Amino acid sequence: MNGKILAVTSGKGGVGKTFVAANLAAALAARGENVLVLDADLGLANLDVVLNLHPKITLHDVFTEKATLEQAILPAPGGFSVLLAGSGLVEYSRLTPQVREQLVDIIEKVRPRFDRILLDTGAGISDVVLHAVSLADDVLVIVTPEPTSMTDAYATIKVLAMLQGRRHIRLVVNQVSSPGEGRTIRNQLQLVVDRFVRPQLMSQGVTEALTLELLGEIAIDVAVREAVQKRKLLLVNMPGCPAAVAVSAIATKMTG
Amino acid sequence: MHPQSDPAPTESNALSLDGALQLLEQSGHPLPDLATTHKALWLQAVIDGLCELSSRDPLTGLPNRRHFELTLASEVDRVARAGEPALVLMIDIDHFKKVNDAHGHPAGDVVLKAVAQVLQECIRPMDTVARFGGEEFSMILPNCAPSFAQAVAERIRIRVQSMTIAIAPGSDVRATVSIGGAFAPQWVRSSPLLWVERADQQLYRAKQQGRNRACLEQPAVSLVSPEEKGLLFGTSQFSDFA
Repeated sequence: MNGKILAVTSGKGGVGKTFVAANLAAALAARGENVLVLDADLGLANLDVVLNLHPKITLHDVFTEKATLEQAILPAPGGFSVLLAGSGLVEYSRLTPQVREQLVDIIEKVRPRFDRILLDTGAGISDVVLHAVSLADDVLVIVTPEPTSMTDAYATIKVLAMLQGRRHIRLVVNQVSSPGEGRTIRNQLQLVVDRFVRPQLMSQGVTEALTLELLGEIAIDVAVREAVQKRKLLLVNMPGCPAAVAVSAIATKMTG
Repeated sequence: MHPQSDPAPTESNALSLDGALQLLEQSGHPLPDLATTHKALWLQAVIDGLCELSSRDPLTGLPNRRHFELTLASEVDRVARAGEPALVLMIDIDHFKKVNDAHGHPAGDVVLKAVAQVLQECIRPMDTVARFGGEEFSMILPNCAPSFAQAVAERIRIRVQSMTIAIAPGSDVRATVSIGGAFAPQWVRSSPLLWVERADQQLYRAKQQGRNRACLEQPAVSLVSPEEKGLLFGTSQFSDFA
């Protein structure tokens, strides 16, 4: 078994990246997958907050050899496993060669033990985020219809195409206010990618197009805020609500 | 005065051309002899002369801002269609006010003319150099490869720096320029305004970094240009100076 690694990133913070990662993990677990969410937002992690976990052992302890990897892998409420960074690991917010190696090492070790590993990366296009994404087989960019989110998502897509040679990037459009808005945003991003990124890639001799695949859209849903405030997974707290159904549909598309 | 008795307006002798002819004469613009030329051709020459005058800066003889903006708009079109790289440079004389303050405005004019002259010597026939306003000049360099841009801008900077300008007999001054440059995004219709703004930002950076230097916009992959945003949100695609 060699798990597929999916980096979940966004460009802009506050668009529901951790929310999607956690609930998507639960939905994948419900489809029989053995899933690990790795909190790759080293330094500013909040997966523990979303899941209401108070871990005694984190990645930091594994990095400093105070604990084993096995001790740091914890069961999460949605039927999947988590590996938490632990907040306050400010020293990891800069990517030293040591941190780089440690992250590579951890991923190598967990990879054979899971069907799928979701890397919940930090916001922005920092070197830590880019490094975490570079370790993944696939990238999922979370975007909302908000202009700043779209701009930052586009910047992220551009960087991943130019610097990491990504030719296929997946999208989830969160917080849409009408059905089909996700498709519109995906098309708009694809248009700008074709017009601006494609010629730059062509001038570097890359002929393969960069395609954006819409995995799904998640409607604005009051149930999401309620779940976040209760610090519960939406798929556990209210599995029948529209946002939960949308997340499940995304999981189906990924496993299908 | 008496419209009913006026001849048809196409008759050239019915037109008030005194002002126009005076302007053309003052600027030394030659006209064909009215006695031996067909009136329509002569009139065309007058109009051509006026067009020429309206697109030039009287002091330096360079194309003026009006001409620059027209040329820039057509270059935007060309870049969008042909995908060739094109560079705009904004060039500003450093501490120009000091020349005026220390030596008087006639000396300032001499410096402007000298810089204009040297800028004109730096360009290829296909390029455009214009007086943008005050002590600021602008250049359009079509089909300029990004890998040459810094060398081109540096050459201009050094040419200006190494020239001595005689503002009066036995009185020489030197001038330096700060240069900011930006490329139009290839294959995409920018707007002249956005393009000049980006070059201006680089000019500002050159000034901030101590003047007498050339700063060019680096195509940083993580940055989203105004043109990209324009396309992303379907706005300002065709907005121009107007």
